[in-house]
Amino acid sequence: MANAPYTEKVIEYFQNPKNVGEIEDPDGYAKEGSPACGDMVELFLKVDDDTHEIKDIKFKSYGCASNIATGSIITEMAMGSTIEEAKDISWQEAADELGGLPDLKTHCSVLAVDALREAIRNYEERQGIGEGKKETTVEVVKERLKHVMNPMTGVDVIQTDLIHDIEVEDGKISIKVDLEEDHQFASAVKEDIKEKLEPRWDVEEVVVKFVE
Amino acid sequence: MKDEPIYLDNAASSKMDEEVFEAMKPYMLDNFAVATSDFAYSMGVDAKEALNDARETIAEELGASSEEFIFTSCATESSNLALKGVAEKLSDEGDHIIISDIEDFPVLKTANRLEKKGFDVTYLDVDGEGFVDLEQLEESINEDTILVSIQHGNQEIGTLQDIKKVAEICNEKDVIYHTDATHTFGRVPIDVNDIPVDLISVSAHTIHGPRGIGGLYIREGTPLEKQMDGGFQENDLRAGVENIPAAVGFAKAVELIDEEENERIKELRDKLIDGMREKVPDVVLNGPDEKRTPQNANITFHYVEGESITLHLDMRGIAVSTGSACFSKSLEASHVIMGIGGDHERAHGSVRFTFGRFNTEDQVEEVVNATSEIIGKLRDISPLGEEEEE
Repeated sequence: MANAPYTEKVIEYFQNPKNVGEIEDPDGYAKEGSPACGDMVELFLKVDDDTHEIKDIKFKSYGCASNIATGSIITEMAMGSTIEEAKDISWQEAADELGGLPDLKTHCSVLAVDALREAIRNYEERQGIGEGKKETTVEVVKERLKHVMNPMTGVDVIQTDLIHDIEVEDGKISIKVDLEEDHQFASAVKEDIKEKLEPRWDVEEVVVKFVE
Repeated sequence: MKDEPIYLDNAASSKMDEEVFEAMKPYMLDNFAVATSDFAYSMGVDAKEALNDARETIAEELGASSEEFIFTSCATESSNLALKGVAEKLSDEGDHIIISDIEDFPVLKTANRLEKKGFDVTYLDVDGEGFVDLEQLEESINEDTILVSIQHGNQEIGTLQDIKKVAEICNEKDVIYHTDATHTFGRVPIDVNDIPVDLISVSAHTIHGPRGIGGLYIREGTPLEKQMDGGFQENDLRAGVENIPAAVGFAKAVELIDEEENERIKELRDKLIDGMREKVPDVVLNGPDEKRTPQNANITFHYVEGESITLHLDMRGIAVSTGSACFSKSLEASHVIMGIGGDHERAHGSVRFTFGRFNTEDQVEEVVNATSEIIGKLRDISPLGEEEEE
């Protein structure tokens, strides 16, 4: 048939994606990927604080067919489950549910799965529960910044050594980015860093500095 | 799928004209002889005549004599022969080669290979519309420079280089000049009597001829080392039994193209560009408004991804291509869009529409409407561009 690399189910979800949109005042939020390096996914959660069940989930995609289809399927799989159950949804399960995805497209579809896990983590950080209960240390900051892309390379800012002089003290995080302030990607990187760190329950302020 | 697909990927390959097929048929079924000897049996003599007639027709299109044109299996082979052949022949005189940043793969990858073998390659920048800076070219030529290869029309964004000026610069500095004319031959006139170019790669399948045949114009006296060894075919520059049916088809394809058709195709292109600009917000035309190949429109639709666009279009029976990394097997964004200073985002949402003989005005209208709907749908689910929409 036509469009052979994709299964009928992928095409169906691509044409009629489910759970697309935004949630106002979400309990959990994540943005994975970056327009500068390719696909990007945003994911929004509403979570019941007592049962930790996902009551509502929505996503937006700037991506290819497999990215859109994976976003659709994982939001369907996660809806109504607890955050613990949702954390365990793997890329493979999502791919199986879609009847398979081309190998080449793993990267684009993993992004949606990452977004779900990150949104749950964001919820936990806001609530100070689970993984998010951890106190913010330099190590934790580094771990979190592995989810911020270096737009010039498409690899995260930690691996590409873009971040220096991380300091954490009394709820204040200070970070130096190895870019000049007027660099075309400076403000995007700053925004991404703040987005990853500010929601943490024990963080009050995130200061991002650039090189002179 | 609709019964009649709308094919707008003519730069990739185009539908063979039935007249071309009819011209080829006798040389597939009735006359299957080779053309190697002038003194062969009559079927062989006929075959040789057909081959030489075809050669003459194509050479004439370039203003060249038939001794200056050889057939190859495709334009890729032609460019391989041109670059490697000159480099090998002139390696004692110099080791410097100049190409542009946005050459198509046959020139780009061949230059890359020569670089690995020890040649020094300069990759010239292009400006935001894809034009080579002629001053930079002039400054880049040094005493070791043996070859310049700058394309005529760009494969993705349609930019038409001023090959006459390039050729004159090369000529003045006594450097061999090759141009890849795959996307212009037949569509934009080239006269070798007016343009002092030494080597030109051309192809049949982009102008409704058969696949599997291309050619190389070689100005008399151009130093060139044979790359395909074997028999003495094609002026002893390219061994292998000649593909006579394809050569005859190529010549027929050249005969069928005329200025009127190219003018009509250009009008379709402009209708599409105007239509998109009118109906779809936040679009950018990649490449220049003027000085572009008549068949090419390349448009970036901001905030959406190209593979998603092409897949939606395909479901409506419309065939196009995109410079998005997601579309390519290598997952690399178009080096042409990056070369004109675009970022991944610009490549990500870029779609190439290329026209040919069989496209109509109605099709353009349908494509503009379909694209406008699809872009709206994809932007609804995109996290980008909301501020601009509000």
